[in-house]
Amino acid sequence: MLQYTIRRLISTIPVLIGISLLLFVMLRALPGDPALVLAGQMASPEDIELIRVQLGLNQPIHIQYAKFISRLAVLDLGRSARTQNPVLEEIWARLPNTFLLATTAITLACLIGIPAGIIAAVRPYTKIDYLVTSFSLFGISMPVFWLGLMLVVVFSVTLQILPAGGIGTWKHVVLPTVTLASFVVAFIARMTRSSMLEVLSQDYITTARSKGLMEKVVIIKHALRNALIPIITVVGLQFGSLLGGAVLTETVFAWPGMGRLIVDSILARDYPMIQGAILIFGLLYILVNLIVDLIYAWVDPRIHYD
Amino acid sequence: MSGDHLLSIRNLKVRFRVYEGVAAAVDGVDFFVEKGETLGLVGESGCGKSVTAMSILRLLASPPAELEGEIEFQGKNLLELPQDELRKIRGGAISMIFQEPMTSLNPLLTIGEQIAEAIVLHQGLSRQEAWDRAVEMLARVQIPSPEARAKDYPHKLSGGMRQRAMIAMALSCNPNLLLADEPTTALDVTIQAQIMDLMERLREEIGASIILITHNLGLIAEMARTVVVMYAGKVVEEAPVRELFSEPLHPYTQGLLGSVPVIGRKFKMEKKRLQEIPGIVPSIFEMPRGCRFHPRCHRMMDICRLEEPPMVEMGQRRRVLCWLWA
Repeated sequence: MLQYTIRRLISTIPVLIGISLLLFVMLRALPGDPALVLAGQMASPEDIELIRVQLGLNQPIHIQYAKFISRLAVLDLGRSARTQNPVLEEIWARLPNTFLLATTAITLACLIGIPAGIIAAVRPYTKIDYLVTSFSLFGISMPVFWLGLMLVVVFSVTLQILPAGGIGTWKHVVLPTVTLASFVVAFIARMTRSSMLEVLSQDYITTARSKGLMEKVVIIKHALRNALIPIITVVGLQFGSLLGGAVLTETVFAWPGMGRLIVDSILARDYPMIQGAILIFGLLYILVNLIVDLIYAWVDPRIHYD
Repeated sequence: MSGDHLLSIRNLKVRFRVYEGVAAAVDGVDFFVEKGETLGLVGESGCGKSVTAMSILRLLASPPAELEGEIEFQGKNLLELPQDELRKIRGGAISMIFQEPMTSLNPLLTIGEQIAEAIVLHQGLSRQEAWDRAVEMLARVQIPSPEARAKDYPHKLSGGMRQRAMIAMALSCNPNLLLADEPTTALDVTIQAQIMDLMERLREEIGASIILITHNLGLIAEMARTVVVMYAGKVVEEAPVRELFSEPLHPYTQGLLGSVPVIGRKFKMEKKRLQEIPGIVPSIFEMPRGCRFHPRCHRMMDICRLEEPPMVEMGQRRRVLCWLWA
């Protein structure tokens, strides 16, 4: 298992190089000159040229990429073109916020989604199942910015019990967490339901019942564990994408996270910042996937990696 | 009925209310099992034998299954028993072995855990004691190095080994009745013989009765004392095993026996060919009027088309559902 983990960690290097290459090419294919954006409307052609030289944009693209990679090797992601602060510093300032929100949202989503999915699967095609299924549909279809604004209207404006935005106390976390979780909970509930339904029709569930086990033991001990693999996959994927930041939710609640950092950087054509943020995001995504794979082997003894 | 009956099934009806309509999978089945006997339940696929067995422990999902009638076991009607009392019987006094050893064990729990689970539940032993008993059971079903195998997950065991583990599980709480639903169908022939020997030996040791469900008539001849033949959800014939084989009464039973090749008997093309029963089992949604077997019966009479045949008692545990004998 350790060997496998190390092998997987090493294999992230080529993946990250691939991401950086794609990123580099796609960014530079974007219309809009970063020097022009930075210099502003009133700048003279000389000023613009100066900025271009400062940013190294006057060099051929392969030289730019080689320089980027060589600096990356010593963990130097450069400085933001917009704020002049080191990119890594800016990311470190935002990442904990994003991590906090992603963790609370995924936890809440699991706490609600998994039991809801189980209940729906145990009583399929009954009122409770239809209730869970329609709430899931609602959760998936509802735009987050709308839900976020509605929550602000109810809890911040009318009831005045939770702040409308910003960061600081646990109260600031509640509304963005609920907003983000509403979408994820729907995914998890649906996956839990379908996975449980499939498992509950298996022969070994009949065997478990024929032994005289209580229904809750049959469901939790025998069925749920077998249904977990697809649920873990969904949770892992959702957590991974939440780590990339939730742009809309962060915008609605003025939450200083990675999502807004990336979008602001794209609007400003802040190449170093975008590259740094996306690379870190890529790395986190790979790590989450690795952790998910390791959990598979822990849940299911049939899965071996060595 | 006498007091020697361990289990009596009376007028059991099982219907499945599904989208396509109402399927009467079992329609008025009666039979009883005596203490210590092995009763064979035979018939083609879809005749209702498995559904009957599953009904005894109420293991069919309901809905869509609807059960009616009476299943008396040790003086209690299992169909009316509250869930918690029924659970005490499941795996305790009545246990079950299923057809597919590859899928009937939970892949994520060790063999030992799956056996011990029932022991903790029914015998009130501690987990450690139950584990020891599970290992002992694995030894009794002749699984080599049982301590090690108990810690294995099912995927590490072959089909035959898994079925032995299932038998160990089913017999671990000394049941009075064992329901064996095609216990050897998924195994190859040499393993089949070993498993049946094992079941027979253990049955004698603990004095249990067995309901052996199979379409393998060879198995019936070897194991069963009494045979119940089912067709399209009904019992069509019951007989002691010798009489059934020497003198089958129902044309369906005659057809079944005629379709078994006998090694050593010569079939000359013009003289005697292996028989077949023409046609197929009727659709569960459209049972024929009158006798359910009449469209396939070579001795069909006019009345067979019009009226359901009566059950004709022919002697001690000898009856047939056919107009020929009425």
